[in-house]
Amino acid sequence: MSIEVNGTSYATDENGYLVNLEEWTEDVAKKLADAEEIEMTEEHWNLVKFLRSYYDEYQIAPAVKVLTKAIANEKGMDKKEASEFLYQLFPKGPALQACKVAGLPKPTGCV
Amino acid sequence: MESAKGAASEEVNQSKSVGESLDEQFLNPTPMLDELEKGPWPSFISGFKELAERTEKPMLRGVMDQLEYSYNTRMGYWKGGLVTVDGYGAGVITRYSMIKEKFPEAAEFHTMRIQPAPGLHYNTKMMRELCDIWEKYGSGLIALHGQTGDIMLQGIEEKNVQQCFDELNQAGWDLGGAGAGMRTAVSCIGPGRCENACYDNLKVHLKVLKHFVGALHRPEWNYKIKLKFSGCPNDCTNSIMRSDLAVVGTWKDSIQVEEDEVKAWVEERGLDALVNQVINLCPTRAISLNNGEMLIESRDCVRCMHCLNAMPKALSPGKERGISLLMGGKNTLKVGVNMGSLIVPFMKMESDEDIDAFIELIEGVIDWWDDNGLDHERIGETIERVGLKLFLEGIGLQADINMVSRPRDNPYFKAKY
Repeated sequence: MSIEVNGTSYATDENGYLVNLEEWTEDVAKKLADAEEIEMTEEHWNLVKFLRSYYDEYQIAPAVKVLTKAIANEKGMDKKEASEFLYQLFPKGPALQACKVAGLPKPTGCV
Repeated sequence: MESAKGAASEEVNQSKSVGESLDEQFLNPTPMLDELEKGPWPSFISGFKELAERTEKPMLRGVMDQLEYSYNTRMGYWKGGLVTVDGYGAGVITRYSMIKEKFPEAAEFHTMRIQPAPGLHYNTKMMRELCDIWEKYGSGLIALHGQTGDIMLQGIEEKNVQQCFDELNQAGWDLGGAGAGMRTAVSCIGPGRCENACYDNLKVHLKVLKHFVGALHRPEWNYKIKLKFSGCPNDCTNSIMRSDLAVVGTWKDSIQVEEDEVKAWVEERGLDALVNQVINLCPTRAISLNNGEMLIESRDCVRCMHCLNAMPKALSPGKERGISLLMGGKNTLKVGVNMGSLIVPFMKMESDEDIDAFIELIEGVIDWWDDNGLDHERIGETIERVGLKLFLEGIGLQADINMVSRPRDNPYFKAKY
């Protein structure tokens, strides 16, 4: 499978995740978000960039727990509010949608 | 295999077109699976076939074909993935076929976990609605109930999941837990139908799970955590062995003795039965006879429930009732199978304030575990790793002589009476 952005074709896996992490651009992210019916706001971009920098550093997507804690710290929310905020941005959950838009590989594990 | 399947379905099509399908089977031959129908016990294969022949859902045929293939190759061919509904991070367990080119009908067979009513008290209207919705969107196959305590709706394709959930939700049902969060809770039948219930476990179950509903649908803790609510120390939900947080009904004072009923019991069964089947089987020798009257030394009683079960009319739990809270029960993982340890020996559980205090305690425990536990570590393992002392300090509880590690000697013990 593949998606096409600005005349360039990008390979995706059978679930629509970008195959080559380094090919990611903001335009590609917008295209991936479109497919998930998500309109990217500044909050979305902040989260996506956090995911990418975390992945750059640790070569793995952060656990949801780490993600909500980071949001809670930054926004001055408690963990419950942070979790609800996260799911407002990405209704199908951070693993399924946020990682996909950020161009990270599909998270493994039993969720 | 594939050619046999193709031939079989071709035959079906042909015979159907000439209108002579009476003897034709919807399913393909499955000689290996048929072996599982032999013997006097019920077989899931028989049920599966019946459902498939009635509904003629291709998905069911595909799963039978793939399972037959599995039995031949001795390999499993299901893999996981991610499917959820809007706003939820858990509740749908995905099963994709790894060999869907071979068995296209079995390409997807996801499970939706649905939370049961506390104590499994349903009415027929709810069950009918559930079945109708499920047959409309899914395979029609239901496991009532799975090991998690959920109603397992097994067999749906991703494209139908959201719509199916919306209709179920309208009818009053909600998805169960999965992943590293609060899980679906389990209750025994409780005061609804059992005289031994020492607290309203159904009400507590509902209130506690409503409180943790966010953590159930959006898992983000170290690992799973399970609550089970048993009305009395008979522990019909097996909470001590199977849940991280076991809430077991108990009493503080003495077992209530109805002397007239004791006499009636002895008249019917004889004094030998009382001595041999009740008094001698008391694990702590707490019962003695005094001029023919039963005397129970409450100090020695460990609430094993044996005498109460043997003489249900004569004996009943004491009047000062509440719960014991045990923590750390779980099956094999990093360390082996654990039974829960008694952390809170007694807590009242009558008023709404009692329940609120309980919820507050549980929140504190989970917060501590969330901060101090490792990834993929159940709470019992965290307690074992850091030690009970640090854990108790962490959640602000005083050590107490009543915190015994083994509240029951052997929960499998079943005497004749």
